[in-house]
Amino acid sequence: MKVEPRAGFATALEVRDLSVELGRRPILSDVTLDVPEGGWVCVIGPNGAGKTTLVHAVAGLAPRTGSVRLFGRPIDELGRRERARTVALVPQLPAIPESFTVEQYVLLGRTPHLGLLASESRRDLEAVASALDRLDLAWAAGRRLETLSGGELRRAVIARAIAQEATLLLLDEPTTGLDIAQQLRVLELVEELRTAGGLTVISTMHDLTLAGRFAHRFALLSEGRVVVEGTRAEVLLPHVIAEHYGARVGVIDDAALGWAVVPLSGPEP
Amino acid sequence: MSRTGRDRRLSARARATALGVVVLIAAVLIALLIGPVRIGAANVFRWLFSFGNAPPGMSEQQALILADLRLPRVIVAGLVGASLAASGAAYQAVFRNPLADPYLLGAAAGAGLGATIAVAYGPSDALDLTVPAAAFVGALIGVGLAYGLGRSSLGGRATTSLVLAGVAVASFLTAVQTFLQQQRSDTLRQVYTWILGRLGTTGWDDVRLALPSVALAIATLWAVRRLLDVIEVGDVEAQSLGLNVTRLRLVVVVAASLATAAAVAVAGLIGFVGLIIPHTVRMMVGGSYRSVLPLSVLFGASFLILVDTVARTVIAPAEIPIGVITAFIGAPFFVVVLRRNRRTA
Repeated sequence: MKVEPRAGFATALEVRDLSVELGRRPILSDVTLDVPEGGWVCVIGPNGAGKTTLVHAVAGLAPRTGSVRLFGRPIDELGRRERARTVALVPQLPAIPESFTVEQYVLLGRTPHLGLLASESRRDLEAVASALDRLDLAWAAGRRLETLSGGELRRAVIARAIAQEATLLLLDEPTTGLDIAQQLRVLELVEELRTAGGLTVISTMHDLTLAGRFAHRFALLSEGRVVVEGTRAEVLLPHVIAEHYGARVGVIDDAALGWAVVPLSGPEP
Repeated sequence: MSRTGRDRRLSARARATALGVVVLIAAVLIALLIGPVRIGAANVFRWLFSFGNAPPGMSEQQALILADLRLPRVIVAGLVGASLAASGAAYQAVFRNPLADPYLLGAAAGAGLGATIAVAYGPSDALDLTVPAAAFVGALIGVGLAYGLGRSSLGGRATTSLVLAGVAVASFLTAVQTFLQQQRSDTLRQVYTWILGRLGTTGWDDVRLALPSVALAIATLWAVRRLLDVIEVGDVEAQSLGLNVTRLRLVVVVAASLATAAAVAVAGLIGFVGLIIPHTVRMMVGGSYRSVLPLSVLFGASFLILVDTVARTVIAPAEIPIGVITAFIGAPFFVVVLRRNRRTA
């Protein structure tokens, strides 16, 4: 059974004092984070801050201390398959199996719904078809993965996560390596899926402009700690970014152009 | 649109399966037909359809040749080919390495060493279970060493590091085996003919010896073939899909090593089948193990039946060791796979 959101339970993910060490090196320290159900929270921070580790720990994929609750239930109480029916991960650098068709690949998302030795049913194939449809990939079902463009491939990976029918979607750098049009397309599709499908989204992102336009709340990670957490107006401020990224930026909020973070180059005035 | 893509692929698989069945039947018939004693196609057919009784017009001796020499040899060749091809495909899946093969991984050498110890120091009963059991333990040790060495000292992921480790482990185990052989020169000849791949002395005893392990191992691999696809996306992603990767890898390595050990125990060291067959099948039907595994079983069986037929025909009445022929085909094939792999990596 999928973990259904409980009535009146507004928190999809509750992280308390989460710490992760990899090879005795602390990667995350005492991270506390709440993600409201149906929301989009973006984890930002400089390279090496621990964003990917946080995403993995939330999916139960990293050894950790501290508590992680999904829709009110401790993640350790969930079995592997039950957890996978609740949280779906879109990794930053997905491994692309050789000579798989898009449909075979997306079908892997049905793994937690299938008995260990069962083969897929009509219901699973429908979930795959629907996921392909929603990511505009129905035309590519029989194509091999290696023939897809970068944007199409990224959508195929997201389609696999959608076929998983989890309620919490983890996107690790979903726009890496995509051109500007494909970046927008992927994020707009995620936004559509979130509003239409009642998904909760957690993403990590380097592009602060895109992050600021799509996510509702932001957690800024630096050296394994959440240093600032809140809305765009509370987190994405020039002095905060300067302090933790070591970069000079300006923030534009223009009536016509919308909101943007722009890097400022050259010597300081 | 989705439907047509699916149907097209299904039909590619259906075509490959049909081809595999036809090739297997042809291979069996050819192998039964060819030999130093002329029996004739019509007689072979009539014999097959009279379920082993000598039909009219066929001598007792001809029926005996079919029943006690050629048929068990065909069956054992088929079992060995199916085992090596299926375990090659399985190792390739769980190690995510296109060059994994029972021979290159050290599994076969480990099985060889185990069996040599059993032959040289164990009881002399041919059907005794110590030989296959020792081969199985040796195969597991060989794969374990190669995997451990490839991961720890050579940096894990790279395709070639596992193979390099496998080659090192295989050489080492083979050296130990040679040493033991020299120590026990009374069994030298027995061990030596066996190492080179011997189906020349095959009888129903070998069928009885190999069949249970091969059936168990292939049935296990067949049952988990869908999960082998999940492992293709890597350990972390496979875990995020709810798969217990460690347990699956263990089950698959044990099953594949059991199949390898059974093959080595009845046929000696035969290389490259686990490389040639799965890769050829992938070219026909794509990379999904849901097709690759069953078709590897089918084509692996046919391939080794045909190779064995060539091995006992070309320089008749002498025989070429089967491993020599598979190496002739397999070594160039290995280079092709290596080059392809380097291009895509």
